Amino acid sequence: MDGNMTAKVITVASGKGGVGKTTAVANIAMALATRDQRVICVDGDIGLRNLDVVLGLENRIVYDLVDVVEGRCRLRQAMIRDKRMPELYLIPAAQTRDKTAVSPSDMVRLCDELRPETDWILIDSPAGIERGFKNAVAPADRVIVMTNPDISAVRDADRVIGLLEAEGKGPAALVINRLNQAMVRRGEMLSVEDVVDLLAIELIGIVPEDENVIVSTNKGQPLALDGKSKAGQAFQNIARRLLGEKVPFLDFNIPNIFQRLLGRM
Amino acid sequence: MSFFFRRRKSANNAKERLQLVLIHDRTDMTPAELESLKDDLIETISRHIAIDPMAVKIDIAQDGREQRLLADIPLKSATRRRAR
Repeated sequence: MDGNMTAKVITVASGKGGVGKTTAVANIAMALATRDQRVICVDGDIGLRNLDVVLGLENRIVYDLVDVVEGRCRLRQAMIRDKRMPELYLIPAAQTRDKTAVSPSDMVRLCDELRPETDWILIDSPAGIERGFKNAVAPADRVIVMTNPDISAVRDADRVIGLLEAEGKGPAALVINRLNQAMVRRGEMLSVEDVVDLLAIELIGIVPEDENVIVSTNKGQPLALDGKSKAGQAFQNIARRLLGEKVPFLDFNIPNIFQRLLGRM
Repeated sequence: MSFFFRRRKSANNAKERLQLVLIHDRTDMTPAELESLKDDLIETISRHIAIDPMAVKIDIAQDGREQRLLADIPLKSATRRRAR
């Protein structure tokens, strides 16, 4: 095996929109970069790009993914270096085109060209299961499926997991985002166990609902950078698991006093 | 006791509903299609061996992400028929 071809391509998909894919890509990328990893993020959401603003790099865009694919620039020219992490790059999506501007084989070629340059390639898949999703998944070595603990997000995640299995891209790894511990304790939100039970794939991250996510997105500063917030810590833990570390899951299911008393009866 | 309390919570409701929805999403089979499969099965098996059509149960079971078609088909007792 070529020693240089070490980069792993990870695609984050969900089926349903708004579950936190872009936030996850930005934060996992940042967390990997704080651990001395070279990372290139690719925004796969052509026409609705957002990874640039979440990373706070929107003012630096000159060329994008479609420019590369259509030969208007070299790959290097479309790679935006992060202001905080010198080994973190973003390849933004085009905003004025649509998903058909790129094909799955374009994405495979692009990633093969990037592999020798980096340790990780993180692709932010658009919502849906059509062309944009197929583009994002084609070059993936591993797919992370994001979901929220609600009926529609879990159902869509299941559909995506099934499609990935059918395409030989499984088994996917699961991230449960926006878990509200208090609601789970009250029995008014699906628990981690419920979701894992339903989807039956390996869990790689639990991210609690955290107001800091919105604050950090407002500023364009992914919160995995300092890792003090709960969500920031959770993203750091996902990065560590990707690096092969065994990290215990933060225990969000500590029963309250009432339930503990009930449990004894 | 705690089981009794948890029973009515909406999370359980969500999980139960999802379990049913996912079975049909994964197999692409509606309950009506399952019923028609059951009728066909009963008809075919009855041609070879005596069964009780009312007692036949057919279900889709899950084992991780594997789907399994489970049919429970009680046979009519052959000894009793012979005795007569």
